[in-house]
Amino acid sequence: MSAILPPSERLWWKQPIDKVEWAWIGIAFVWGMIMFVMMVYWHVYGKQNLSNEAYKTTPEMFAAKAEKFIAENTVRTETDLQIPVVKVPAGGDGYLIARLWNWYPILELEKGQTYKIHLSSMDYQHGFSLQPVNINIQVLPGYEHVVKMTPTKSGTYAIVCNEYCGIGHHTMLGRIYVK
Amino acid sequence: MATTYRTCPSSGLQFENNAEKLMRWNAVVGVLWLLVGGITALLVILTRWPAIKLLPADQFYMILTAHGIDMIIMWILHFEMAVLYFASSTLLRCRLATPKLAWLGFWLMVIGGIMCNIAIFQGESSVMFTSYVPMQAAPHFYLGIILVAVGALVGLGVFFGTLVVAKKDKTYQGSIPLVTFGAMTAAIIATFTILAGAGILIPTFLWSVGLIKEIDAQLYRMVWWALGHSSQQINVAAHVSVWYLTAAVIFGAKPLSEKVSRFAFLLYILFLQLASAHHLLSDPGMSAEWKVLNTSYFMYFAVMASMIHGFTVPGAIEAAQRKKGYTNGLFEWLRKAPWGNPAFSGMFISLVGFGFLGGISGVVLGTEQINMLMHNTFYVPGHFHTTVVVGTTLAFMSITYILVPTLFRREMILPKLCQIQPYLYGISMSVLGLVMMGAGTLGVSRRHWDMAFSGAPFQYEWPGAAYLMMGLTGIFGVIAVLGGALWIVLVVGSLLFGKKLDGGTVSDKPTPIPSNTKAASAVSHTDKDDHVAVPGTVVLALTLLVTFVLYYFVNWKYLSEVWLLS
Repeated sequence: MSAILPPSERLWWKQPIDKVEWAWIGIAFVWGMIMFVMMVYWHVYGKQNLSNEAYKTTPEMFAAKAEKFIAENTVRTETDLQIPVVKVPAGGDGYLIARLWNWYPILELEKGQTYKIHLSSMDYQHGFSLQPVNINIQVLPGYEHVVKMTPTKSGTYAIVCNEYCGIGHHTMLGRIYVK
Repeated sequence: MATTYRTCPSSGLQFENNAEKLMRWNAVVGVLWLLVGGITALLVILTRWPAIKLLPADQFYMILTAHGIDMIIMWILHFEMAVLYFASSTLLRCRLATPKLAWLGFWLMVIGGIMCNIAIFQGESSVMFTSYVPMQAAPHFYLGIILVAVGALVGLGVFFGTLVVAKKDKTYQGSIPLVTFGAMTAAIIATFTILAGAGILIPTFLWSVGLIKEIDAQLYRMVWWALGHSSQQINVAAHVSVWYLTAAVIFGAKPLSEKVSRFAFLLYILFLQLASAHHLLSDPGMSAEWKVLNTSYFMYFAVMASMIHGFTVPGAIEAAQRKKGYTNGLFEWLRKAPWGNPAFSGMFISLVGFGFLGGISGVVLGTEQINMLMHNTFYVPGHFHTTVVVGTTLAFMSITYILVPTLFRREMILPKLCQIQPYLYGISMSVLGLVMMGAGTLGVSRRHWDMAFSGAPFQYEWPGAAYLMMGLTGIFGVIAVLGGALWIVLVVGSLLFGKKLDGGTVSDKPTPIPSNTKAASAVSHTDKDDHVAVPGTVVLALTLLVTFVLYYFVNWKYLSEVWLLS
């Protein structure tokens, strides 16, 4: 008679299902379909979709590209560590290295312009967490992820590392300027 | 093969000697791991509480790794082994298949657990529960987990073997009970899960001893999560079974429809194996089509299954209560439920918390684009503390109030405190989950020692609300730890000092489950008149749906406000 005994009705699969239960199953199904359609809809009409553009790479290859980009576009350096501030050409490509334990270099962007930001890690896995916007993207070694970004507001933004990467994880803070 | 069968006088449950010992030992070892997990939880909480910040960074990451491993693998797996033996040998009233192998599995799990903890506390394996490559732990960290997995696999084999024994010995007629069916789905998912785990942990172990040169970071994440998330589906299937079990024991509740409930369990098997996908939504290596397909087609059928259980479990209780005469209004059946019985109150808080908090947050988190707002933030542990802790752990805690008198033959000590415990633990853990999700919504990172970023070349100041949420996390975290500690004290205290209860008659032969199918089929014509409407459950379910829909779309609104991405 209960859930801990064999079904009292031996042919339980022939028992009819109550209409209230059918209705709930139907609601759950339709809701699932709506949620499915929302994701597809957002790919067509939404303006926040994570890029699919990614390439296999190596830390050496990616570092070489990033260094070239930094050498060509640096506008100044900041802090005692002489971290280069690199102005990404409007509509162009920018490179951001994730490594133990910093984001390198500092990027300078303009509001309303679209940039292709290339992300990769030199060592462990890292997490690109742009604050206070709150966009979070996984950064993996061996993968170059090209994310198209359009800043909508000017200001100074922080890149927090939100994938645990060892003892200095909490010091891994980067910066993006949007003018 | 000489064994004996004991019939518990209070519950009528029949325990086979070998199975009973295995259940007890697995439960006891599980509780010991919960103790370790609880102590580490307190240290984690007191470090993440910005006003206290107890531990230095290296110890914090070590303790956090231990907390994850000991709670989510050791405590839950050991308890689940007990649940599996109960659902097979006890509910089907048959002998346990190959008890010696079952003990081998048990000891493998114990040795593996200890080995893994030694690795963690030596300090060279602070790699977190997920142990993402290329960060490397000591070889015995991986080996320990592999041993636990092999031990669990052996236990699963014993469970399936026991189902065969019951069938062969004809200890029941017709189909297996729903609770056993649910446990079986958990065991089937567990088998796949552990094989996926072997697929990634064995290469990782070989890599840690230098036999394999490199493991691709994306590949690791994909295969690891087939272990990491699917294992949570084992928990879901197990704790849903425990909900049905509790409802059956306390109310004599019968499933509204065997067909619907079993079908929902079946959906778990069919659609949860690819649950790894929603951990990779913000990863570079997977296409959008792959992400959408796996989070919708595969996940939403599993979500549907949970929504069905979320309806049929309270529905079964409502029907049973209404038959007893609690028919006034929509909610008399619920108001007059035994709220002073910790087995019921814990189970009901587990049900509501899992549905409203864990379920909704999980689906929102698992939506392809919305995931970018929450990936790796404090939202994620907020979500899984409302699924695995409020859902699974609290369900297991509440069933223990039934198991201690029947399985361990001891009366629970301090009944007043027993009554309070599920509320103390369940409510504080639910609030904890909520404020953690709040902090995550504001961007605060998970697995992060210092939200003030001391030693960083720049500064970033989190909004004041984020600090408030983290302070609340501290307060409710400490209360939750107290609630958990109270449970351990009550259970261990009862095992040691509780009044001994009569074990009941012992026999050499199992007493088969009385065949009530004939009697039942005789009245089956009246079954339709027997049907009870469950309007209260309908209202509860619709409330869940409305909350779900609103929260889901609020997050799309949040997403539309961030930088444009394509």
